[in-house]
Amino acid sequence: MSFAEALDRLDWPRIRERLIHTTASDVGMLLRREQIADHDLPALFSAAADSALEEIARRAASITAHRFGRVINLYAPLYLSNVCVNDCDYCGFARRNTLKRISLTVEEACREADVLYDEGFRHILLVTGEAPRAYSVDDLLEVVQRFAGRFASIAIEVFPMSVDDYRRLEQAGVDGLTLYQETYDRGEYAKFHHGPKADFDARLRAIEAGGEAGFRSLGIGALLGLKDWREEAVALALHGRYLAKRFWRSRIALSLPRLRPAKGGFAPPHPVADRELLQMIVGLRLALPDAEIVVSTREPAHLRDALISLGATRLSAGSRTNPGGYRDPDGAGRQFDVHDARGPREVAQAIERGGREPVWKDFDPAFLNAPRA
Amino acid sequence: MPAEAGPLTIAGVVFHSRLLVGTGKFSSPAIMRDALAASGTELVTAALRRVDLNNPDDPTLSHLELNKYRLLPNTSGARDAAEAVRLAKLARAATGNNWIKLEVTPEPNYLLPDPVETLKAAELLVQAGFVVLPYMNADPILARRLIDAGCATVMPLAAPIGSARGLRMRDQIQIIIEQATVPVVVDAGLGLPSHAAEAIEIGADAVLVNTAIAIADDPVRMAQAFKLGVAAGEAARLAGAADASFSARASSPLTGFLRERSS
Repeated sequence: MSFAEALDRLDWPRIRERLIHTTASDVGMLLRREQIADHDLPALFSAAADSALEEIARRAASITAHRFGRVINLYAPLYLSNVCVNDCDYCGFARRNTLKRISLTVEEACREADVLYDEGFRHILLVTGEAPRAYSVDDLLEVVQRFAGRFASIAIEVFPMSVDDYRRLEQAGVDGLTLYQETYDRGEYAKFHHGPKADFDARLRAIEAGGEAGFRSLGIGALLGLKDWREEAVALALHGRYLAKRFWRSRIALSLPRLRPAKGGFAPPHPVADRELLQMIVGLRLALPDAEIVVSTREPAHLRDALISLGATRLSAGSRTNPGGYRDPDGAGRQFDVHDARGPREVAQAIERGGREPVWKDFDPAFLNAPRA
Repeated sequence: MPAEAGPLTIAGVVFHSRLLVGTGKFSSPAIMRDALAASGTELVTAALRRVDLNNPDDPTLSHLELNKYRLLPNTSGARDAAEAVRLAKLARAATGNNWIKLEVTPEPNYLLPDPVETLKAAELLVQAGFVVLPYMNADPILARRLIDAGCATVMPLAAPIGSARGLRMRDQIQIIIEQATVPVVVDAGLGLPSHAAEAIEIGADAVLVNTAIAIADDPVRMAQAFKLGVAAGEAARLAGAADASFSARASSPLTGFLRERSS
């Protein structure tokens, strides 16, 4: 069964009822158990669980230390293209927006990568819009081939592909795939997305295609602000558990990006407060003890500094969200405005002050291209 | 480890500490360095995926006092035999060191070792001239197969990595100890010095500890505590522990009738 089918079979009225009506004593009982069952997830993200936030955070901190140690992995996004055929309401790259559109040549991409390499990054995330004519799988493949061996880890956050295309990228040296569903509510999804991305099921299927292609890391996420975060948290946790069971060789990575101001001036209908984001992160840590939790520069510095001991395992730093932005910050249009504008060294120092070791390399290209048994 | 055993000897190399320590999960390389020193270890393991062997400024390597310790590179992160063998060969090419801690863990959550791929990799690495120390589930038959393949030790897990649950696999590990012809190093899952003491008491030749030291509030003090735990286990073993018993025993309650009949 695909996750789309599993999602459609969920009893959402019952889940909503439990998100609202779970009591503090139900939450207390839940926290006495060693493992969180699927049917416990609504209680974990319920309004009542807010009263147990300190206890949940304490457990999240302990689980994170045991499973991941006192370390934080660092990565940087590298935007290759801001051309996009989609016209999503919240995105700076939406077709409706007038901005300087560029797609980097391979040489330009290499020069951007040089900046990141010199800053110390060895984990890199390649990002594009969705525009096969402006930026194709082959274009991406060419960049990956140039970067493989130089960077310890190459991940992609691009557009949905077939298993075969994902496999070509995996064999060329990509070890991680990130593809956010944005929102797990089919109806809400249809409201915000326009263009090929409007196909909710195709997007959900694509991450499973990535699992079949053998990526070592499968990154999923909900874009917070589009929909009630408690419902998204339940769906995201279930999605992570589904993928972890089906693709048991892959590590699951969770992202919970809150919408940031972007060209177009979209106002999120369900803004998420800091305390709510924290409840979501520590709850997800209890639900998925071994999942990476990624916190990007969309979040403010003070919050990121606090989250490194409460469940986050991977941070971006010094990010530019426009193609060519590391060499020329104002050259092309941005996807969104970052919130934590500190440079990578500053972020690394903050991680050290927080009692964690910033890790620039936690993978080795030698793992890739091994003949599969 | 027989009660009268001499020092831990792996592939002809003598170690005066029965505590092996891992280098991952520490909050800083400096704390790692100090904890290693406090542990008294002579054999430390480092993940090849974490260190850059070609970079002298690598944060982990530059803090390892390699004049004090033998470095045991490990293949952590390898998902199959081919990946593990390739990593081991890269490590040997970069360092000239032919010792390798073999870890093949295809599942990223509990990081349990794959028995099939571990055995396959062990055979290939031994043939290629490596001194192989394989991380394995506590399976006595697998231990025999790995020893037959020429491994220098076997390293059964006490409990899943990072779980701090202690000697959950005690009965299986006891069988491995009874049957092994190479040192048995209990690896993974030891959360307290008393767990390490227990492993040594039941006859393990050594223990490997990482998470319990690295994520303690005071890793240096915890490293000392593990050193003492291992020493206590060894002393108890040498002293010849009395069998545990909760009740007084009659001298021969079941066979006493024989004496009565004959008298």
